[in-house]
Amino acid sequence: MIAAVSLACVAHATDITGAGATFPYPIYAKWADAYKKATGIGVNYQSIGSGGGIKQVTAKTVDFGASDMPMKAEDLRKNGLVQFPAIMGGVVPVVKLAGVQPGQLRFTGELLAQIYLGRVTRWNDPAIAKMNAGVDLPDGNITVVHRSDGSGTTFLWTNYLSKVSAEFKSAVGEGTSVKFPAGVGGKGNEGVAAYVQKIEGAIGYVEYAYAKQNRLAHAQVQNASGKFVQSVSATFMAAAADAGWKSIPGMGVVLTNQAGDNAWPITGASFILMQARHEKSETAKEVLRFFKWAFENGDRMAEELDYVPMPHPVVGDIEASWKAITDINGKPVL
Amino acid sequence: MSAVLRAPIPVVRQSSRHEHAVMETAFRGLARLAAILVFALLAAIVASLVIGSLPALRKYGVAFLANANWDPVQEDFGALVPIVGTVATAAIALFIAVPASFGIAVFLTELSPAWARRPLGMAIETLAAIPSIVYGMWGFFVLAPLLQQHVQPLMARSLGTIPGLERFFAAPIMGIGLFTAGVILAIMVIPFVAAIMRDVFELVPPMLKESAYALGATTWEVVGSVVLPYTKAGVIGGVMLGLGRALGETMAVTFVIGNAHRLSASLFAPGNSLASALANEFTEAVGDLYPAALLELGLVLFLITTLVLAASRLLLMRMRRGEGA
Repeated sequence: MIAAVSLACVAHATDITGAGATFPYPIYAKWADAYKKATGIGVNYQSIGSGGGIKQVTAKTVDFGASDMPMKAEDLRKNGLVQFPAIMGGVVPVVKLAGVQPGQLRFTGELLAQIYLGRVTRWNDPAIAKMNAGVDLPDGNITVVHRSDGSGTTFLWTNYLSKVSAEFKSAVGEGTSVKFPAGVGGKGNEGVAAYVQKIEGAIGYVEYAYAKQNRLAHAQVQNASGKFVQSVSATFMAAAADAGWKSIPGMGVVLTNQAGDNAWPITGASFILMQARHEKSETAKEVLRFFKWAFENGDRMAEELDYVPMPHPVVGDIEASWKAITDINGKPVL
Repeated sequence: MSAVLRAPIPVVRQSSRHEHAVMETAFRGLARLAAILVFALLAAIVASLVIGSLPALRKYGVAFLANANWDPVQEDFGALVPIVGTVATAAIALFIAVPASFGIAVFLTELSPAWARRPLGMAIETLAAIPSIVYGMWGFFVLAPLLQQHVQPLMARSLGTIPGLERFFAAPIMGIGLFTAGVILAIMVIPFVAAIMRDVFELVPPMLKESAYALGATTWEVVGSVVLPYTKAGVIGGVMLGLGRALGETMAVTFVIGNAHRLSASLFAPGNSLASALANEFTEAVGDLYPAALLELGLVLFLITTLVLAASRLLLMRMRRGEGA
């Protein structure tokens, strides 16, 4: 509430305001900065969390909201909102084991689920050894590290584990925060990364950027086609390329466990939410112009920050979907 | 300096009686308003906490307090784990902080050479001024590994072998958990408790103490039979202030408590506290019940601190009556 009030006061007449997910904040801020230099129009994005973003855009206190978890079609309809994906990222499992190099360990989704259910508790468990021949696995405890705060990262991770493990789905389920049966919780990606770096025998999951920047020992994961893949931006792109975006209203596709030999199985998009009908169509137009500009000019900036830009064919679909954002007479604003 | 000297001496303006009366009324009114504002704010905070947590209050009722589950997916929420975590960490903190603060205060007032008092006192006040996030980071990067490698294994080997106590010191030892959170809290409340104890110890009339010393009493006897009886209300007040701070501390605890919604007897196991759960989960809590359940945690914390305050008031009142003062 306070954030909403202060936002309204700070916003300049032509400036646009947004609020929501923390995961895409760095790239939205970078785009906003470059956009201000290019056009003179400021974009004020407050990373208050997806929940707050949804609330504020529903209450019309901001021009756009952002959420890491796609809203369901019926919720979009009920709140009169329109949704589209804007940026992607990947979630990668990371470990701290003496002598294990980044990219060396291999996991199947089922094995990760068993570890996060607290069923596989030792590193020399036959289930781990089977797919990691040649890796010297110690006879030690596995310390599971998860997020303590609600986050889109946890949503992607649990969504993936629920897709590959019926047991995980029924015992834990998917969500931005869930009840993990095992382990310790770190606050934020940086908290999980710090725990994993500190505790010998730890396994955690973080955004790709954190794994890369902290040089954590990330692991390969077997994808839906049965191939073990590394977490690199090419495999994230592969997951997004052929995802049937238009099959779900609001393009609310969760990119986990996608088919494709090269697809990283724990990939996901972050979404923008806007009101479908606008009395002041001018600001809605400015929001769409900003994202249009970002899709055209922002790929390099996204890659610099280890995000994955939306593939170009998908951008075409997104821009086509903007027809649903209209003024009160039903005329598309852009 | 010279500017001050040259400044005209302020003269109290001769004003009419009427003006006096207006000023007086305005001043009284403002003071009254400020006092009312405090109550209004308190009432508003309680009201908004209750209103915010209504969905959870309606759904779970009193069972909320005894439910150890916290499952945002199934929307089954209970406060037992964070309540236990909050109370346990605060208890560990006081268990360490009260004797330590007492020692500090006795040393400062009775034993310390005069030249050491000021620097020591200032050091304690500086500790109190360190932001809690700094304590949290220090706790996570320095204290937790230290406890994990040296202190906790020792405790497990000694205390953990006493029959009946095994479960409280059970492995695995990760360095992150209730015990570490309690230790960090102890370090954070020591400056407050020690400063208050020192201040009240200094209020003891020197004549009383000197008379006791003159009768041949040792420092131990003077503190036990003269200083403490004279200052017990103040000492308890200081301990309660420390307890209040330990119960509500958020950032430092979040760093080292492990943030796991699981009940475990072991002090070395990760847990959660009320304030820490709120800080962690509020931003991404979506839906009706989830934020309501979090607000209810806030309400529970508010109730616990109120109860602690009320209990300490009651204790002090009883003591005063006992003394006949």
